[in-house]
Amino acid sequence: MAKTVEGLYYSESHEWVKVEGDVAIIGITDFAQHAMGDLSYVDMPEVDDELEAGEEFGAVESVKAASDLFCPVSGTVVEINEALEDAPELLNEDAFANWIMKVKMNDPSELEGLMDAAAYEAMCANE
Amino acid sequence: MAFAYFPHTEDDVRQMLDRIGVGSLEDLYSDVPGDVIYREEYDLQDAMSEHEVRQYFEELAEQNTSLFCLCGLGAYDHYSPAVIPHIISRSEFLTAYTPYQPEVSQGTLRYIFEYQSMITELTGMDCTNASMYDGATAAAEAMMMAMASTKKKTRVLLSEGLLPQVVNVVKTYAKFNGVELGFIPCVDGATSYGAMLTEVAKGDVAGVLVPGINKYGIIEDFTGFADAVHAQKGLFMVYSDPSSLAVIKTPGDWGADVVCGDSQSLGIPLCYGGPYVGFLACKKDHVRKLPGRIVGATKDVDGKRAYVLTLQAREQHIRREKATSNICSNQSLMALYVTVYMSLMGPSGLRQVNELSYGGAHYLHDRLLETGLFEKAFDKPFLKEFTLKALVPAQQIQDALQMIGVFGAVEVEEGLVNFCVTEKVSKENIDAVVGYLNEMKS
Amino acid sequence: MKYYDKLIFDLSKAGRQGYSLPSRTWDATLADLPAGLTRSEAPALPQVSELDVVRHYTNLSQMNFGVDSGFYPLGSCTMKYNPKINEEIAAMPAFAGIHPLQPSETVQGVLRVYKELAHALSSITGMAEFTLNPFAGAHGELTGLMIIRQYHLSRGDVKRTRVIVPDSAHGTNPASAAVCGLEIVQVKSKENGLVDVEDLKPLLDDTIAGIMMTNPNTLGLFEKDIKEIAALVHECGGLLYYDGANMNPLIGMVRPGDMGFDVLHLNLHKSFSTPHGGGGPGAGPVGVAAHLVPYLPVPKVVEDEDGLLSVVDADGQACGQISGFMGNFGVLLRAYTYILMLGKQNVRMVGPLAVLGANYIKESLKDCYKLPIESVCKHEFVFDGLLDQSTGVTTLDIAKRLLDYGFHAPTIYFPLLFHQAIMIEPTETESKETLDGFIEIMRHIAAEAIADPESLKTAPHTTPVRRLDETTAARQPVLRFCDMQ
Repeated sequence: MAKTVEGLYYSESHEWVKVEGDVAIIGITDFAQHAMGDLSYVDMPEVDDELEAGEEFGAVESVKAASDLFCPVSGTVVEINEALEDAPELLNEDAFANWIMKVKMNDPSELEGLMDAAAYEAMCANE
Repeated sequence: MAFAYFPHTEDDVRQMLDRIGVGSLEDLYSDVPGDVIYREEYDLQDAMSEHEVRQYFEELAEQNTSLFCLCGLGAYDHYSPAVIPHIISRSEFLTAYTPYQPEVSQGTLRYIFEYQSMITELTGMDCTNASMYDGATAAAEAMMMAMASTKKKTRVLLSEGLLPQVVNVVKTYAKFNGVELGFIPCVDGATSYGAMLTEVAKGDVAGVLVPGINKYGIIEDFTGFADAVHAQKGLFMVYSDPSSLAVIKTPGDWGADVVCGDSQSLGIPLCYGGPYVGFLACKKDHVRKLPGRIVGATKDVDGKRAYVLTLQAREQHIRREKATSNICSNQSLMALYVTVYMSLMGPSGLRQVNELSYGGAHYLHDRLLETGLFEKAFDKPFLKEFTLKALVPAQQIQDALQMIGVFGAVEVEEGLVNFCVTEKVSKENIDAVVGYLNEMKS
Repeated sequence: MKYYDKLIFDLSKAGRQGYSLPSRTWDATLADLPAGLTRSEAPALPQVSELDVVRHYTNLSQMNFGVDSGFYPLGSCTMKYNPKINEEIAAMPAFAGIHPLQPSETVQGVLRVYKELAHALSSITGMAEFTLNPFAGAHGELTGLMIIRQYHLSRGDVKRTRVIVPDSAHGTNPASAAVCGLEIVQVKSKENGLVDVEDLKPLLDDTIAGIMMTNPNTLGLFEKDIKEIAALVHECGGLLYYDGANMNPLIGMVRPGDMGFDVLHLNLHKSFSTPHGGGGPGAGPVGVAAHLVPYLPVPKVVEDEDGLLSVVDADGQACGQISGFMGNFGVLLRAYTYILMLGKQNVRMVGPLAVLGANYIKESLKDCYKLPIESVCKHEFVFDGLLDQSTGVTTLDIAKRLLDYGFHAPTIYFPLLFHQAIMIEPTETESKETLDGFIEIMRHIAAEAIADPESLKTAPHTTPVRRLDETTAARQPVLRFCDMQ
């Protein structure tokens, strides 16, 4: 059973968001990394990229699959997790401890459209 | 029903139909609407025996005229060593599919790995794929790579020195793929640095594609090109003849990000334009945007060195419409062809091929000028092919050469004709051609 | 098969050579070139003798499996026998030695082959005209879509930028459409595996350039509603594209042109017996109905009233040029040889015998393997894994175990409609004895899955290498010799 973490926001496309001030820290969920299997590559945006909510910002790849990543909130990329460039398996080891990017949010009210841990678990149970 | 390629006896068919539980072969098409079943006779010839097929093609072959080749322009008459056809006709190579089951495809995977090693060595790039259809489509893929690798850029620039067939194919892909093209003119037979600079400065250029050796046969000098293109965050891309890269400065040394071209010059027979084999190579940073198959080294569960198709998440069978390209095959057997060629030739053989071609081409060049039928079009260094200005109608020269069984003097542009010499051409061959042209003149 | 671990680079020794070139010298030498234009260091290519090369590649070939090695039931790939006469004809010097820019009057034999092969393919498929320029199936798809777009654009119908693709389609369909600048609209399959006409109807409007269909589809099922679909698509102004990857079962029985298709490509390396060559070269000729002939790509071959053939390079109506020259001529020669051998008599049996073999295997194994859709199939069919899946044995395990028994594996995990897809296509060139042998082994594997699942999960055991670490290969790509430590 895939785990979730309380206090985070979740998107339908399996990203999680942790809020620190006006910065959204974004990663993929444990459910997502399980579904993908051993990850071989994380395609990340560049710092300063401006993203719309729902916009594709990268992808995760395993040997036989690829899945696009969608940004749950709009904003500007302020940092990417460079450790993933050489070690995509970090997401398999702990999807919540290893974030993908940090985004300075334009509109924190967009978070209201996301799910909490319980709602996300319920959604996954139906997939 | 007996036919060499159908093993079924009447009894076999009956037993198989019984197992399936239908009465006749036509019953297997019960799901096809009756009005689309084709009942008329096909407009084909009667079945032939092998002997009759041979005779038939011999008759067709007689309608061709074999000409001694002094033409280049993207297809080169280099010598093909006797070993190669024997290797590539081994049925384990010839009749295999794509190496999707690596445990029983190590032969294919291994030669592709070797091929990749050799192409990157020649081009000075870090990575290459398992090959492309031909040089022109490889150039079109390079254009798409440039668009995919750069953000918010809308144009790709092509040198007017690229071979016309390459430009034409890139244009077709660009038109449908939605890429805007710009063109850099040639000045005095070489891609204009100044014109390139002006265009690139506009800031909308995703990539610039230039020919290592251009359609006039001239070896181009790219001093300053890569820096100018990189300053505007575009890709610098070179279309190269891989045979020449054994001796001329590599695109890697010129600072290129992407290199493409046709490896036909590595001994592949002319064969009226195909099968040849394109290549597409790049620097490490762009490998995720590289289309097509790529082979990587790994180990099996017992720790044995083994090879496998890798980075497949870029490809159409996984990414569908988001794939880097729609290509899902390569010209594998032709990649084997050039791999065997490069193995036989080695560094000294390839140098020798270029040395002989260079010497012969320059000899022909000088002798042709002496005939008074031509004058120099440009004064720039060339390798095995060159362009002269014809002082009589070009068609007249081409026709005259054809009379003595020689193919050459093909018009590149109005009044400018191409000649090409490979290691297959001797001094006697050239003297005979020049002697004949002198006679024709008088 | 034996394991052999060398790369050609491992055999290299400075000073060896495998070539023989003329010893003549010329006055001009490479040393005359300006230093700034020359290569500073010779390329690190292998230095080996001729025998080194021959033995090395012979050893490599022995780690490969081809149609000549054994049964190759790879679904959607049509691994039929590749006749040897094809190879002989393609190697004839009078064809192999011709420069692609030679004047038409010196290549009448070449152009005659083009014309006659195009005519034969038109007759077999019911199309009006063919281009033989595309290099492969995916290249043919792209060319066909370009023709469709060019047709709409030439009529000023600029808003047709979307193309419908069934969810069961080969991955190349949406990828080709994307390269052609088209947006993809997916149409669903029904429970019975066929395109859902009701799902299709609301998608049809004046933005639809066309629909791409494979018939029989990737489940090996004939799209029975094809004429209705054709009428609906044509009514909305769209065109029908036929993906010829699955043409083999129709050869001799059904012509795509008669079903209402406007454009199609054929894979000569599938249906017309040219060898796959480990992934190419193939050929993907594109056929069109009469109203699309003007949009075929250049160069094209035309015939004048005296029967003289010539090559046309420029044509304002054409969709453009899609190949450097005129396609993989060597492959075209092989396919035409095959068609001449078949003749109008044998061509009629290609499809029926291919369909016979597929149904025979399906009916012989459906008590051990899960058949998701019970129906007569065409040239191929799909099992969704073992009937008894309690053992944890997957489709991958079955495929790998088949390698131990000397068969090539079927296509696996495609189409995506099923989780454990095993797609089997036997072709018409395999005997009943071969099929019986395969059936027996498949039944044996099903029994092994229960008695000894571990032997399957660790298969293959007898191949030159065993299961590979593909994850490390993708995480830390080693793509050339000089990157190996």
